Amino acid sequence: MKRAVTTLALAAAVAFAASAASAQSLNAIKSRGILNCGANGTLGGFGLPDAQGNWTGLDVDFCRALAAAIFNDPAKVKFVALTAKDRFTALQSGDVDVLARNTTWTSSRDTSLGLNFTAVNYYDGQGFLVRKALKVNSALELNDAAVCVQQGTTTELNLADYFRANKMKLKTVTFASADEAIKAYDSGRCDAFTTDASGLYAERLRLAKSDDHIVLPEIISKEPLGPSVRHGDDQWFDIVKWTHYAMLTAEELGVTKANVDEQMKSANPDVKRLLGTEGNYGEQLGLTKDWAYRIVKHVGNYGEVFEKNVGQGSPLKIARGVNALWTKGGLQYAPPIR
Amino acid sequence: MSIAQEGGPPKVALIYDPKVRSIAYQVVLVAIILFLAYSAVRNAADNLARAKIASGFGFWNQTAGFDISQTLIEYSAQGGTYGRAFWVGLLNTLLVAAIGIVLATIVGFMVGIARLSRNWLIGRLAGGYVELIRNVPLLLQLLFWYNAVLKALPDLRDSWTVFGNVYLNNRGFFAPYPIFGEGIGLVAAAFVLGVAGAIAFRIWARRRQERTGEQAPVGLVALALIVGLPLIAFFIAGMPATLEYPEKGRFNIRGGLEILPEFVALLIGLVLYTGAFIAEVVRAGIMAVSKGQTEAAGALGLRAGQTLKLVVIPQAMRVIIPPLTNQYLNLTKNSSLAVFVGYPDLVQIFTGTVLNQTGQAVEVVMITMAVYLTISLVTSMAMNWYNARIALVER
Ligand SMILES: N[C@@H](CCC(=O)N[C@@H](CS)C(=O)NCC(=O)O)C(=O)O
Repeated sequence: MKRAVTTLALAAAVAFAASAASAQSLNAIKSRGILNCGANGTLGGFGLPDAQGNWTGLDVDFCRALAAAIFNDPAKVKFVALTAKDRFTALQSGDVDVLARNTTWTSSRDTSLGLNFTAVNYYDGQGFLVRKALKVNSALELNDAAVCVQQGTTTELNLADYFRANKMKLKTVTFASADEAIKAYDSGRCDAFTTDASGLYAERLRLAKSDDHIVLPEIISKEPLGPSVRHGDDQWFDIVKWTHYAMLTAEELGVTKANVDEQMKSANPDVKRLLGTEGNYGEQLGLTKDWAYRIVKHVGNYGEVFEKNVGQGSPLKIARGVNALWTKGGLQYAPPIR
Repeated sequence: MSIAQEGGPPKVALIYDPKVRSIAYQVVLVAIILFLAYSAVRNAADNLARAKIASGFGFWNQTAGFDISQTLIEYSAQGGTYGRAFWVGLLNTLLVAAIGIVLATIVGFMVGIARLSRNWLIGRLAGGYVELIRNVPLLLQLLFWYNAVLKALPDLRDSWTVFGNVYLNNRGFFAPYPIFGEGIGLVAAAFVLGVAGAIAFRIWARRRQERTGEQAPVGLVALALIVGLPLIAFFIAGMPATLEYPEKGRFNIRGGLEILPEFVALLIGLVLYTGAFIAEVVRAGIMAVSKGQTEAAGALGLRAGQTLKLVVIPQAMRVIIPPLTNQYLNLTKNSSLAVFVGYPDLVQIFTGTVLNQTGQAVEVVMITMAVYLTISLVTSMAMNWYNARIALVER
């Protein structure tokens, strides 16, 4: 019921609110003094508050980087926990300034939902989690299986598509949140649980006996996850997009949280342009010259944030894989800052 | 005293005429409301257009592409449209609401009457049930029942089974299900005839009892007509039905009748919860019937059961019906908690998945609200009609 009410309230907000889209987001955020960031409230590695209300995660740190760039203070973020189902309405109605909630970039979301995806901060794909006892080695053996899935995700469609394409029968059991879906799977209601592979690693840790379960090798979809903003404010769109690119560029140039002060003295022109010791690229964005310095100083570069939240420094231990820099054989590639 | 009335009502200026005034006020009020509604719709459309968010009802005929676990009508991920998914969800909501209302009424009446029982233990048990259930949030109860149902049932491999073709496990309850062939029309006709016959017999028996005081075995005759006639027709038509048996595969059981654990958990939760409220309504209704009525019935020599059935309940019904209607509406609306236990009701399918895939929050939420409003109004109307029928007829 609570969720129905939020949906309703958000829908009403769309109906009555003076058009939020055309307002200058940056000015609004500055005068408000805080950034409203739509985040995942239950997904370890991406967005999760602890008992004290301290948020951690890749997407969470992305919002902190934005706040650092705008306010020179990564703490000036209010995180709004959003379910898969409510997230777009929250962004559309102006409840949040940016949606960084492991959200897949698709054409329809980019167009008919009135959103703009800014960049991909995690390349993902959908996978399956099954019990080892089932002795299933491939998703193609799942004919006739019951699969628990979370509503409001791209996952639901991919699942039906994959089974149909491989002429397999399927029984889907759909739940409002990942929490309920994984619990039902754990109690034996379903043979498999499916979601983004990153999510599978996170959810597996919540199972009663996580060692009794394996992630199947098949990745059945492309899930480029990235932050999105509303249509209609190009300046804000640019800021969000280039925040991600600044973090990538910093990694590429070897600028880290630890050495960024030293790097301010660097003679490398690329580093100088990134950190604002040369040129006024930050001002062109509507920010300050040292916007990228602030991001790296307070939050870190992309590689650092990745390792800390989902990589070797985290319980998830996800390998960089396709999320490595393009120079290391991955897909993460930032256009030049100049 | 009556001077003013002598020449008919005094002529007053129109604006002072209370009747004209009240009509004028109402017209103005309606105009304001219409204007507000109109500007809300305009504003919404403008905002959506400016933010370039899709609007309109074009999505209705687009392919849905997602799978649904319980479909009372034909539906498939590739063939089904969003519109079809809407109907699937609506029927699932109506199914759980209708069965829930019937069962909750039975539970409520039993517990309500039990609470007034002179037997100390029965009275206390009923009272404890009502207090416990009414004071725990429904959502918690649903989650409890869902987990309890799942935990209590065995895995597919260790299914409980009878005759090798009825299965019970944590995937659901599976049983053979009849598929009807040609000639089933005869059986249906016999059934209709049986029901009509039973009603006619009851009316006849009533009249005779009023005239002569003789009673007739209405229940038995009705049973014979309603069950017996179709049965005879079934054999005459050459048994035009085959059973479809559930078949056990590697992962699941397919075919035949399938009842999902999600449905059962939601139903149990709604029935027990609403049943507790109905019990209180029934208890209040019975207590509102004056004690003299029971005593008079006793003086006439009616037994306790007869007193309850013939004297107390009919009078209590007049007090019970209006709040009972509320409980029926509550049950229907509470069924929208289905999504938490994975049951595909209207809210789960339509304001959940369809809304998310189309992104058309305004349209989808509006349609859903209209549906619940309609269900509520129809339920109220039916109950009001029933209430008027049983109301005290003053002679
Ligand atoms: N990337 C997909 C799925 C996003 C998603 O909601 N994932 C799930 C599982 S990884 C999740 O975050 N669940 C947490 C929750 O909603 O509580 C999408 O954008 O639709």
